Amino acid sequence: MSDFENDYRHAKPGQSGPGVTDYLDLDTKDETFLDANELVLNMGPQHPSTHGVLRVILKLDGEKVLGTECVIGYLHRGVEKIAENRTYAMFNPYVDRMDYVASVSNGLGYCEAVEKLQNVEAPPRAQYIRVILTELCRIASHQVWLGTHALDIGALTPLFYCFRDREEILKIFEKYCGARLTTHAFRIGGCIYEAYDGFEQDCLKFCTAFLPKLDEYEELLTTNRIWVRRTKGVGILNPEDCIALGVTGPVLRASGVKWDLRRAQPYECYKNFDFEIPTGLNGDTYDRYLVRIEEMRQSVRIIRQAVEGLPQGPIMAKIPKVLKPPVGEIYHSIEAPKGELGYFIVSDGSTQPYRVRVRPPSFVNLQALDKMVRGLLVADVVAVIGTLDIVLGEVDR
Amino acid sequence: MPDETKDPNPVLPEPKPPSVPQPGAEAAPSAPAIAKPTSAEKSEPGAPPLAPPAAKPEVAAKPAETAKPAAAAAPATGEKPATPPAAAKPAAPAAKAPPKPEGPKPEPWDSDLAHSLKSQYGSGIREASTYLGQKYLVVDSSILYEILLRMRDAELFNYCVDITAVHYPKRDDQFDILYILYSFHHNERVRIKTQIKDGETLRSVVGIWETANWLEREVFDMFGISFDGHPDLKRILLPDGWKGHPLRKDYPILQQDQEWVKINLGIESGQ
Repeated sequence: MSDFENDYRHAKPGQSGPGVTDYLDLDTKDETFLDANELVLNMGPQHPSTHGVLRVILKLDGEKVLGTECVIGYLHRGVEKIAENRTYAMFNPYVDRMDYVASVSNGLGYCEAVEKLQNVEAPPRAQYIRVILTELCRIASHQVWLGTHALDIGALTPLFYCFRDREEILKIFEKYCGARLTTHAFRIGGCIYEAYDGFEQDCLKFCTAFLPKLDEYEELLTTNRIWVRRTKGVGILNPEDCIALGVTGPVLRASGVKWDLRRAQPYECYKNFDFEIPTGLNGDTYDRYLVRIEEMRQSVRIIRQAVEGLPQGPIMAKIPKVLKPPVGEIYHSIEAPKGELGYFIVSDGSTQPYRVRVRPPSFVNLQALDKMVRGLLVADVVAVIGTLDIVLGEVDR
Repeated sequence: MPDETKDPNPVLPEPKPPSVPQPGAEAAPSAPAIAKPTSAEKSEPGAPPLAPPAAKPEVAAKPAETAKPAAAAAPATGEKPATPPAAAKPAAPAAKAPPKPEGPKPEPWDSDLAHSLKSQYGSGIREASTYLGQKYLVVDSSILYEILLRMRDAELFNYCVDITAVHYPKRDDQFDILYILYSFHHNERVRIKTQIKDGETLRSVVGIWETANWLEREVFDMFGISFDGHPDLKRILLPDGWKGHPLRKDYPILQQDQEWVKINLGIESGQ
């Protein structure tokens, strides 16, 4: 017998011997194989389009997806447990490691939550610096999303454009706090670093240079026939499903719900700024793309206003060196690039938090994957994972 | 900081016109970009009226709230009492004796919702308070499901933000289970809290909010609390074979490490 005939696919039921593998027993019907056409396909955890270590078990009928199951936790580091064994200030750098492409936002949410628990407020100048950096970070996060999402779908060029332009933001971060990725830019009570000489000019220069580049991204994709075909009508989520699934951020807004925490419950000094909340109509992958592109424009608007209005003054509120927030619990959330990032902190009056719970937007948004991909093709799963904009560091924490 | 802390009125979804010093200068450069046909939203670049800076009055309003001398009064939620040991030492210097002026305490939550729930369920609602402007209800676990269903349907708290738990090993009811809800309609958050003993189960709320599926699985994974009627209750972040539930307070942080070095390296501790 040739190797080909020896292949298990040609083995008759009940036949055994060399070449017939044990694991595919054709006699007894495996319950996962309901139909001859149905099969289970394992995607990940080492799959490039999952943007990390996400494993998705797909149940397929030919090319059609019948259902999915996500297996997560490969990147679980137990940050919530770590928090209980660190002081409030010591835990601050850890939060940068959750959503590592938007570490500034993570830090902002944590610092604000502890400030709220301590009942202090960052001084106006610190708030403005925070807003500038957070909005820069939102643009950087969306650039990573756009580059990788386009790459997954087959458009190679946007990746290089996005990463080239993101470099300018990372340079500002580096000049501000010395770190590019896990920045630890803010401290509880304000900022520890004063804006460096030329910070404002750097930010404005970036804004001026970035808008034409954003148009460039759009030229590549928005009317690109392949891009439109691959994204329009793919992974539709209606507003009711979004709310039932707890989906937030651009995904929710693309479904037509005009809800942004920066506007709904303004934190920091966001109420001083004039900006729009872009929303979509259809809740498909294409709309989510448009919403995020528009969000980058709005972030530029906010940065410009914040730089213009950057007040003088202290950058750190008066808080004790050893932080012992009064006994109590607080939930505070911010609009991170991925959605609502919340911190629930319980204080027992000691130097260490009694419990820190992180409400990660990626984790909750990923749950919508199953609903979004049912009935689509395998290739669309890649597009939908990309459009959800998850970061596995935050999903698994 | 969000106005939740100071403003007794709920924040309106559309805030007042912004009070940027030079809005005209801002609107000009960004307006052409916004008006592109691809943008999902059209901006109205009309110069907003110059409102007075909003930052000042709030700062002034804050000390009045924080000045309540209430450090000793822990929130009646049964937290680990950290203050009594300090208070029990009367011999301490006089400067130390008066408790710190900070330390806001929970205040009764005075609203139609709280009153109607209290009148309907009586002692089932153990507490309805606000702490630092954040509203929370402590309810009996037997009526929890009913209340959550009511919150979604009648009170329009249709978005379940988070479900989580806190472990208090010294308490009789060891676990606090929290449901953080948000209402798009009222732009308001409320926390529903219940307390259960170790080994007790709660009814799953997957039927109310689909998002509860993974959130409840995570609570099960980290605390070992079971939810009746959950469609697929199994570990989510940790591997299936994991022993114990790490976010319980009696789970030591080195346990896993020491067990591993004992088995694989034959030593007592890797530290």
